[in-house]
Amino acid sequence: MIFCTVGSQAPFDRFLKIIDEIAPELCEDVIAQTYKNRYQVKNIKVVDFLPPDEFQDLFSSARLIVSHAGMGTIISAMTLNKPIIIFPRIAKFGEHRNEHQLATAEKMKELGYVYVANNAEELRELLLNPDLKPKHVVGNFASQSLIDEMIRVIG
Amino acid sequence: MKLKKKRILAVASIGGHWIQLLRVVKPLEAEYDVVYMSTHKKCSAMVSENRFYRLVDFNRRNAWKMLASLFMVLWVLLKERPNTIITTGAAPGLLVVFIARIFFRKTIWLDSIANVKKLSACGCVAKRIAGLTYTQWPDLAENGVFYAGNIFGVKEGEKK
Repeated sequence: MIFCTVGSQAPFDRFLKIIDEIAPELCEDVIAQTYKNRYQVKNIKVVDFLPPDEFQDLFSSARLIVSHAGMGTIISAMTLNKPIIIFPRIAKFGEHRNEHQLATAEKMKELGYVYVANNAEELRELLLNPDLKPKHVVGNFASQSLIDEMIRVIG
Repeated sequence: MKLKKKRILAVASIGGHWIQLLRVVKPLEAEYDVVYMSTHKKCSAMVSENRFYRLVDFNRRNAWKMLASLFMVLWVLLKERPNTIITTGAAPGLLVVFIARIFFRKTIWLDSIANVKKLSACGCVAKRIAGLTYTQWPDLAENGVFYAGNIFGVKEGEKK
């Protein structure tokens, strides 16, 4: 199963439409967590806001994660050892307040943590690749240096 | 006589902010008494051992909701009397920092790791009002903005 998620701040119809159109060519189920979408999907299953526990369940059973450049999803993918494709929101299309998702996606790609697609063709190519492997894995907590610093300043 | 643990109020909006907060604050639970606050009641399931308060979410577009949050924050601060406030944002975290400063509490702003090129808009304000402001990217550290690591950490068993 491929799990797609767009967060709970704004709709992301451009992304949803691309996924929906590619879905018939994929030989596995696609489930998308959406938010106030106007685009009517035809080929995939959509779910509304998910509480953290249900989100975790879907996430764990997915083969691949496809998402906007939300840090929560990126971190969860790296913690649960799932390959993740990032499709950043673009503010000039009204998809976010500013262009930080482009910068976040670029940085995560540069660090070799995620796959990034910036348009339908790139997303399609990655979705049709059955061999995407997780690029980076992290543990459950922040760097020890950051935790130590917090203890030092809190006293 | 055993000393009473210091109390931390850990605050973040739901989503990435909340996930990041837990990665920093969960390990602090051994040292401190941690109380959590977030913008969705379902977040409480992830911190079921701790006291949890729900804060009404708001952003720059619906700032009027801030008023409801303001009273909630005042009430929680008076009730819990935390020694330190830690937040990873966004706007609700900034509000808590602001009010906590009036009560002379220690306040820590950890800017989201999503802000790779510059501090978030809220982070820029936090830089002026929070006791301590941290970025998660070494190249964004500057006068008054510190870097001490990030929420990614390393994989278990991996040394760095």
